[in-house]
Amino acid sequence: MRGLSWMQMGPPDPILGVTEAFKRDTNPKKMNLGVGAYRDDKGKPFVLSCVRKAEALIAAKQLDKEYLPIGGLGDFTKACAQLALGANNEVLSSGRNITVQTISGTGSLRIGANFLSRFHGGSRDVYLPKPSWGNHTPIFRDAGMQLKAYRYYDPSTCGFDFRGALEDISKIPEQSVILLHACAHNPTGVDPKQEQWKEISDIVKKRNLLVFFDMAYQGFASGDIDRDAWAVRYFIEQGHNILLSQSFAKNMGLYGERVGGFTVVCKDIEESKRVESQLKILIRPIYSNPPMNGARIATTILNTPELRLLWLEEVHGMANRIIKMREQLVAGLKKSGSSHNWQHVIDQIGMFCFTGLKPEQVERLTKEFSVYMTKDGRISMAGISSGNVGYLAEGIHAVTK
Amino acid sequence: MALLKSNKVISCLGNISPSLGVLSTRNSSWWGGVQMGPPDPILGVTEAFKRDTNPKKMNLGVGAYRDDKGKPFVLSCVRKAEALIAAKQLDKEYLPIGGLGDFTKACAQLALGANNEVLSSGRNITVQTISGTGSLRIGANFLSRFHGGSRDVYLPKPSWGNHTPIFRDAGMQLKAYRYYDPSTCGFDFRGALEDISKIPEQSVILLHACAHNPTGVDPKQEQWKEISDIVKKRNLLVFFDMAYQGFASGDIDRDAWAVRYFIEQGHNILLSQSFAKNMGLYGERVGGFTVVCKDIEESKRVESQLKILIRPIYSNPPMNGARIATTILNTPELRLLWLEEVHGMANRIIKMREQLVAGLKKSGSSHNWQHVIDQIGMFCFTGLKPEQVERLTKEFSVYMTKDGRISMAGISSGNVGYLAEGIHAVTK
Repeated sequence: MRGLSWMQMGPPDPILGVTEAFKRDTNPKKMNLGVGAYRDDKGKPFVLSCVRKAEALIAAKQLDKEYLPIGGLGDFTKACAQLALGANNEVLSSGRNITVQTISGTGSLRIGANFLSRFHGGSRDVYLPKPSWGNHTPIFRDAGMQLKAYRYYDPSTCGFDFRGALEDISKIPEQSVILLHACAHNPTGVDPKQEQWKEISDIVKKRNLLVFFDMAYQGFASGDIDRDAWAVRYFIEQGHNILLSQSFAKNMGLYGERVGGFTVVCKDIEESKRVESQLKILIRPIYSNPPMNGARIATTILNTPELRLLWLEEVHGMANRIIKMREQLVAGLKKSGSSHNWQHVIDQIGMFCFTGLKPEQVERLTKEFSVYMTKDGRISMAGISSGNVGYLAEGIHAVTK
Repeated sequence: MALLKSNKVISCLGNISPSLGVLSTRNSSWWGGVQMGPPDPILGVTEAFKRDTNPKKMNLGVGAYRDDKGKPFVLSCVRKAEALIAAKQLDKEYLPIGGLGDFTKACAQLALGANNEVLSSGRNITVQTISGTGSLRIGANFLSRFHGGSRDVYLPKPSWGNHTPIFRDAGMQLKAYRYYDPSTCGFDFRGALEDISKIPEQSVILLHACAHNPTGVDPKQEQWKEISDIVKKRNLLVFFDMAYQGFASGDIDRDAWAVRYFIEQGHNILLSQSFAKNMGLYGERVGGFTVVCKDIEESKRVESQLKILIRPIYSNPPMNGARIATTILNTPELRLLWLEEVHGMANRIIKMREQLVAGLKKSGSSHNWQHVIDQIGMFCFTGLKPEQVERLTKEFSVYMTKDGRISMAGISSGNVGYLAEGIHAVTK
């Protein structure tokens, strides 16, 4: 019987592998700044109150467990699209979007990638910002697309390379796909300003590019869900018929429940019906229909006025704690005696911070201080608390002085 | 194909921006070439059923269990497990890529038996998947990427409709071996052996572990033994699809007999499991995918590659259903209750088979309906032809798939008589 002796051991996932290494460490001062899962100020996982309340409401109804439709829970997809686009958006009233429930953000991106691979005749190329979330690359590649990049992060400023981005985008061949992070860019935390988004929209339009927005952090970036969705809504207003991935992992803390949405903004409702039928044909042989529990929770929150209000408060609270940690980290670095400019830690937005640490410095921080992060110097701000921010500042100072 | 290409050219031309940069993009379309696709043959039946206003309508399409009042059935053990879980107020942190560890362990034990040598040697890798479909697709993707032996997957004729796009979209090629004998409404044992004996070495052969879908026709144990021998002679890679463990005979060990026999016989199988039916966890999407490897070292390499494959599809699986299934399997009184409830569901179905045949005789049918009783599991391959199915739907509002497959679970003591009359009317 032919065996699998030739099969290689694959490398561990760079992001999730950090948590695995962290777990093995016995140092009581260890810090896990790897995966982007929110922690409260005691470093504990945080289940939102609105989620607990929603779960209680759902449990009381004793609902059945019948299969959802292939495209997911109807009330969920409706509320999901409304959250992203705004309840009064012309796209929604004309019915020219198709929104399907997906297995969180990853599942949404992969459905989109598969859809592009099968139906986008214009180009095989997907342009990612440099850098982008590590998993974007295998998602599109395994779906049969080719990856290219446009300049985005400027290491010399730890900020946005606006000129470089515009230059690169202006050379992208027509009908290529361009992926944009809607807010709270992962891994850098560097977002374009509204005026910069406007110029990006113009050049993307000139180049006739197909826009794919990845919005994994709506509400988490600024604390305001409408503000964080500004770029998505602006692009749609400007006539871009976009693809959009949404995740509720972070903004509702529904991580392991796997709640997300994938939207195609179409020319009209007739086109959206055709697209919907093909999405279903694509989804059915991957997982048939999506998991119900998280979608029920998200829908209950979005559609129950007092829970929605509570949710908005809690998202605001999470975003605020992160902003506070940014400020405390910079204060701590100054206090430790660091002479470097750490302004970018405060200017960057969302869950992550691109520290600017080099791989050797990251390695020292891990080996000597048991501070775990990804090799690119990205830290998850959520993993920092008022209790350990000082320790982190000392560690970062020690490896950078 | 040429038409599709020219549509794309037209829509692409339509998308080229005028040089002034003023573009009425509201009228532009990326998806002009996207055709309206046909509705899913199985799930589409339910959609048509919902639109029907006839009070006597029956949905015998999708295989979701119904109680004797025709209502969806949430198992008591599930409700109790949910209460236990809710009381713990657990967090919602990401599961590992391969799923909840306690779940995958219990899942493999359920299939193989707790004392199986495979488990004690650790030479299996079992990952949590998005129910049975997700499990099959992970397996198909894994074969496509790593099985150098052959692109060909052999399905029984007929098989579950979704098997074909699952393997095809993963990049495999579909072939078939004889399985169902329409002249007996039973197993074409000779035909299966003949066809299997000609399958090129190292091809993949998919076997339904029990309660074959759509026919309900399962090989007897003696027949399984011969199938195992010929598959071994042909050096085929076995992929078992076990979506109905417990549901077929009412006994989980009996339903897993073929899977365990093949492993004993030295086949290092792939195995897909679903908890949609046997735990009624349909929409929670609970399943498992197992690769039985040569040894624990190989299972580690395979595990690492499965994770690399899964991560860009959905990162990690949904937690809720896996927690429920694990709680049931690992809490002794819930496990016992579950076994009773599965037995109860299987029994109700067996009873409906008997009542349907009695009803057909009573209606005056002269046909031989023995196969309705001999077949096993959720489904019955009635033997109805497409025109007869269409009449049954149009004239009696009885909905089923075009191949004449009915879901026994959709029948109750309250409507079995009506169904018998309808079937008799279109077959007399």
